[in-house]
Amino acid sequence: MSERRVGEPSGWGELRAQLREWRAAVDSRLPTPPRWLGGRWSRLLAAVLIVIGIVLPFAFSQDSGFIDATIKATALAVMALGLNIVVGFAGLLDLGYVAFYALGAYSLGWFGSDFFFKAHVHVLVSGVAAIESGIHLNFLLILVAAALICAIAGTIIGLPTLRLRGDYIAIVTLAFGEIIGEVAVNGTDIHIGGGMTLTAGNLGISAVDSPYFPGIGRFNLLQLRPWYWLILGILFLVLFVNLRLRDSRLGRAWIALREDEVAAVSMGIPLVKTKLQAYAIGAAFGGMSGAFIGTYFTTVNAGQFQFGFSVLILSMIIIGGLGSIWGAVLGGLLLGYINYWLLPDVLNNAPSKIGLNFQLTSVQFGIYGFLLVLVMILRPQGLIPERRRKLEMTAEIGAQDAELGEPMATQTSGVAS
Amino acid sequence: MALLRTYIGRWGLIAMLAALPVFYLVRDLTHGYQAGFLHGHPVIQHDLSRIGLNVVQGLSNGAIWSLIAIGYTLVYGIIELINFAHGDVFMIGSFVAVGLWGTFGLGLSTGAAGIIGGLLLTLIVTMAVTGSLNVLIERVAYRPLRNAPKLAPLITAVGFSFILQNVGLLWRGGSPQSVNDLVHQGNTVFNISGVPIERGYLLALATMIPLVFALGWFISKTRLGRAMRATAQDPEAARLMGINVNQTISLTFLLGGMLAGAAGLVYALYQTNIWYFQGFKAGLIAFTAAVMGGIGNIRGAVLGGLIIGVIQSFSDNRLSGGEWTEAVVFGYLILIMVLRPRGLIGEETREAG
Repeated sequence: MSERRVGEPSGWGELRAQLREWRAAVDSRLPTPPRWLGGRWSRLLAAVLIVIGIVLPFAFSQDSGFIDATIKATALAVMALGLNIVVGFAGLLDLGYVAFYALGAYSLGWFGSDFFFKAHVHVLVSGVAAIESGIHLNFLLILVAAALICAIAGTIIGLPTLRLRGDYIAIVTLAFGEIIGEVAVNGTDIHIGGGMTLTAGNLGISAVDSPYFPGIGRFNLLQLRPWYWLILGILFLVLFVNLRLRDSRLGRAWIALREDEVAAVSMGIPLVKTKLQAYAIGAAFGGMSGAFIGTYFTTVNAGQFQFGFSVLILSMIIIGGLGSIWGAVLGGLLLGYINYWLLPDVLNNAPSKIGLNFQLTSVQFGIYGFLLVLVMILRPQGLIPERRRKLEMTAEIGAQDAELGEPMATQTSGVAS
Repeated sequence: MALLRTYIGRWGLIAMLAALPVFYLVRDLTHGYQAGFLHGHPVIQHDLSRIGLNVVQGLSNGAIWSLIAIGYTLVYGIIELINFAHGDVFMIGSFVAVGLWGTFGLGLSTGAAGIIGGLLLTLIVTMAVTGSLNVLIERVAYRPLRNAPKLAPLITAVGFSFILQNVGLLWRGGSPQSVNDLVHQGNTVFNISGVPIERGYLLALATMIPLVFALGWFISKTRLGRAMRATAQDPEAARLMGINVNQTISLTFLLGGMLAGAAGLVYALYQTNIWYFQGFKAGLIAFTAAVMGGIGNIRGAVLGGLIIGVIQSFSDNRLSGGEWTEAVVFGYLILIMVLRPRGLIGEETREAG
């Protein structure tokens, strides 16, 4: 009673003391990060990494295969950051993320090529793109368009999952991803007037515009450095937004929903809005990266949009550590390099050297599947675990919970409930 | 309000599922359809035999989906996990079966008795292999994660699905392979008012029905079946009652895998071509079927499988040649999730609320 304040009903002091006790108990159970990761050192490390990132292409030639792989890997890391918002922060397992890759890439195909040949729209473009028929927007405008289209699509995909939890969300998003893939393949049958179709199917929309910036000029694939800095810029932007989001009111709301939906809602978190924002923002990043990949690959082909891609991105954030931003970047770059450099360039013919008759690239998804299983069993919290996740995923804590009488695995997170 | 939603949900779902068949039924009767050519002129008929054919084809397709869907439903019922790798276990079943034909020397020239005996033997061995494979997957990929958040085993399931697909890819290459039409599945056995019933249809249904009844008997009448039901209801209480929960879960995976193996053999005989990717699509379709019937419910899985088969057959034969079938099936999946997540005859679960 000593803590009782003026105008406070009796008993509140005890309640507050009790709350403090719980809080201390929770804090004591959260693992403390290693010292080298905290404070000054982490900032120094980040600064060094950023500088290395920026000057990296000078160490290689303009058309180096390694830089090519780095560009693709970075684009995938951006996707991983987007998916990390949905799966890692909000705990909504999305198995149809390829939908946003597709929509982002098609945004580029639609607004940055002569595919809609009846239209004549040119905004801030130069060269052939300024003369050709079709819609030609500046790449930055396409990025915005891709983000907007994907955000809307993400919201639409999110809507039917609002009442659902757990695995059902995974299946609905997977179904959406497959439907969008099917629409991409069969889009040649969808006529939108004037002899134009929605997509070019497996033939692909090719000869898409390369990015053009006044003062820098048009990008071309013989000089990879500008591409590299462009995607690095996108990565930094997305990374910055991610970091700010995580510590924002919205980010904490996502984590609360993930940890315990019922409790979060009863604390006044708007369920529908919060979940849909996760879908929309996550999708928007995927769309931006998709648009970049579209222009970098110079084609938007329905064959690119397979379920395997969703699993590839999911593997990245799992391997990196679910919910961990740096984990997503690391996982994205790691699997990106494995996918675009290690398997095709370095190890592709390894099986033939030991007398086996196949190429590693043909079984790449089997390799990712194996990695998924391995990581989930050996190190479920990922390479750079998020503090809270680590707690959830490690077995000792589960045992502690069992001792406390409440198995955490059954009461945590939207996904886990 | 909730009650209202319940009824609207069920009837809405039924109306939705009936939409495609009913639409084409009315169309066949009113507009007629072209049944063939007679002296160079198209023959237009106004009867139900084309609809009948669609339905029969659909049911026999659906029999295969049912067998796979039961595997999903059993596993989901007992550990609430979508066993993503299940479709690929089915694919491995097809591959093993076709491999065994080679081992047993079954070919187009084998006599009827040899074919029947050989196929029965193939069925048994295939079921044993896929059942053990499923148990192995559970042991390696799901059991260590029993206490982890539910996301974890789902992810390893996806991982195993890809591993199995690539095993299939290395085994038989990346493109569909046609296999010997051992039973001459296209031969018409008899006609029901103008609808030819082919051997393939009979084979699929004749495999599915006894297996489903055997499973039903096993689960409702035997001691192990009772242990399965108890574990599905409440694993904790079941353990307290002296049931070996881990063993029961393994048994569930064994049964699911065996049915997937049977489905794999029937699929190879009926479709006469196999490829490594068949399991992914079949798995999604069968999962849709399981959800449609009400996940955790065996009768529901069978019903859902048959319904999905019919819808698929209408979509394949009537809607621009099958290229939209997948989208139609997944569209239904999403609609079910929105309208009635617990399916046609399922009970309310926490997940599907």
